[in-house]
Amino acid sequence: MTALLRSRRTHGRAVFLLIGFVGLVVLPAVMSEFRLGLLAKYLCFAIVAVGIDLAWGYGGMLTLGQGLFFGLGGYAMGMFLKLQEAGPDGLPDFMSYNGLEKVPAFWQPFRHAWFALPAVLLIPMGVAAGLGALVFRQRIRGAYFAILTQALAAAFVILLIGQQGYTAGTNGLTNMKTMFGYDLNDPTNQRNVYLAVAVCLAIVYLVARQLVHSRYGRLLIAVRDGEDRVRFLGYNPTVVKVLAFTVSAGMAGLAGALFVPVVGIMSPAALGIVPSLELLIGVAVGGRATLVGAIGGTVLVNYAKTGLSEHFASGWLYFQGALFILVVAFAPKGLAGIRDVIRRRAPAPDMPMTIEPANVLEAVG
Amino acid sequence: MTTLLEVRDLEVVFDGFRAIDNLDLTVAEGEVRFLIGPNGAGKTTLIDVVTGLTSPAGGTVTFAGQSLLGLPEHKIVRLGVGRTFQTASVFEQLTVVENLDLAANFRQPLRALLRRRKGVSDAVDAALTTVGLVDQADRLAEVLSHGQKQWLEIGMLLVQDPHLLLLDEPVAGMSKEERTRTGELLHEIARTRTVVVVEHDMEFLRRFANCVTVMHEGSVLCEGTVAEVQADERVQEVYLGRSRDKRSTAEVG
Repeated sequence: MTALLRSRRTHGRAVFLLIGFVGLVVLPAVMSEFRLGLLAKYLCFAIVAVGIDLAWGYGGMLTLGQGLFFGLGGYAMGMFLKLQEAGPDGLPDFMSYNGLEKVPAFWQPFRHAWFALPAVLLIPMGVAAGLGALVFRQRIRGAYFAILTQALAAAFVILLIGQQGYTAGTNGLTNMKTMFGYDLNDPTNQRNVYLAVAVCLAIVYLVARQLVHSRYGRLLIAVRDGEDRVRFLGYNPTVVKVLAFTVSAGMAGLAGALFVPVVGIMSPAALGIVPSLELLIGVAVGGRATLVGAIGGTVLVNYAKTGLSEHFASGWLYFQGALFILVVAFAPKGLAGIRDVIRRRAPAPDMPMTIEPANVLEAVG
Repeated sequence: MTTLLEVRDLEVVFDGFRAIDNLDLTVAEGEVRFLIGPNGAGKTTLIDVVTGLTSPAGGTVTFAGQSLLGLPEHKIVRLGVGRTFQTASVFEQLTVVENLDLAANFRQPLRALLRRRKGVSDAVDAALTTVGLVDQADRLAEVLSHGQKQWLEIGMLLVQDPHLLLLDEPVAGMSKEERTRTGELLHEIARTRTVVVVEHDMEFLRRFANCVTVMHEGSVLCEGTVAEVQADERVQEVYLGRSRDKRSTAEVG
């Protein structure tokens, strides 16, 4: 048994290194600039997906509003870049269009890298921790929690659009051409941005993996399956949930911040209800409660989206809807679940088969 | 004998219905106390109040001199009160060892929990042997039989090492052999702990109980040894209505 585990672990390490090699060396060498940029974008979404998987797949918190945290990280980075571009005394372009005469006070700290870069993680995490502490202590969960997070993402978008002078409204923060003095349109720099995203994804994966395999990870699953029972083991489920939700928000914030140099834009269109749900679909398709499934599913769904939209512009939405229904109805554990069934069926016929009933309610809320 | 658990003038009201009405109960250190009574007598509600799941409308609950009322469930557990539920509630997506390991480590600070489990601790190992689940150690709890799940849950209580154990119908739905095995387990547990058991099963009661409290309509009807309780006319009435037929009384207890 231990030998089997050990061989599985070295096997896993080899696969991780192989994927790392392909991702960091092979793909940047063979892919066109445009395709690599797309992949960088998908990997940003995959970082969010790892966080969603932690909160939802392992912790049972169906968070429909990761766009909020993605946006908080993204805008923190965007504000930093805009102020850098404007120079020490300059005003970001959209502010002068909107008649502002000086940079508002809450923008000022984002001039400094030492503030803006940690803020990318700390602001989303702080918001999530505060929100989580309030919500989970009141034992708000399931569909109520899901609706709450969705409403928050929607409210955030409304706020951004409404405060045009401070946030650039519907257009969002655009025209971000340089970062630390490097031209973001330069292919070499774009390649480096891609590498940074890929490395961040690897780090996020390893952090999530450590969490999931620790005692805390087991506890998180226990909270998902029987929150009230966990109380009678002497643990406070609120703490367990707040931690997972906070980490997941930090991952979304990091992804949002990386998204800015990859795409050059941060706007409300990337944050609302629909983008937040799209992030979730990747996790559902790949398989909840498996980190590899969440990453793979997200990249796959996004490739399908791009591929299908290139050929039939309006077809994607129908396909996406159908995909979600199919997964919920027939493969509640996603692609990873299908893999497990095949793996289990092949070598060990004496192992009891445990096929989960396709519990639609559970999958959705 | 010192008093471990003391319940005074307890009242629990659900939507105007008095589930518990002016109830007094004293359990001494080291005692094994059985709670019996017809359906709706308030036995489970009493356990719920002691463990913090239900808050009472009035009265006091003290454990080792400290009031339990108003404390959240996990803090009551940390004081040394453990419980089981009528339906076995183990974590089905975790292995047997993982279930026991979580139950054993609740006093660890959060940052210690962020590490991986290395091997199996002695306490968990001992519990595996005691409840007879050594062969199932690395299997998911969902594949266990009903009886095995109940034992796993008792094992979880063992490693949790509470001072006072509240067991809600530990042998309900078990086969005859499983009942005997559970009874032996309880005997083992009770040697070093105080145990309160809610149970309907009369045979089980006769074999393992020395002190029985009979509840009826939310209050204590009588208290004593199994024989005393069986002989009590009020108990016979509660269980059998007005009939005083000797044979059926003996059967019910």
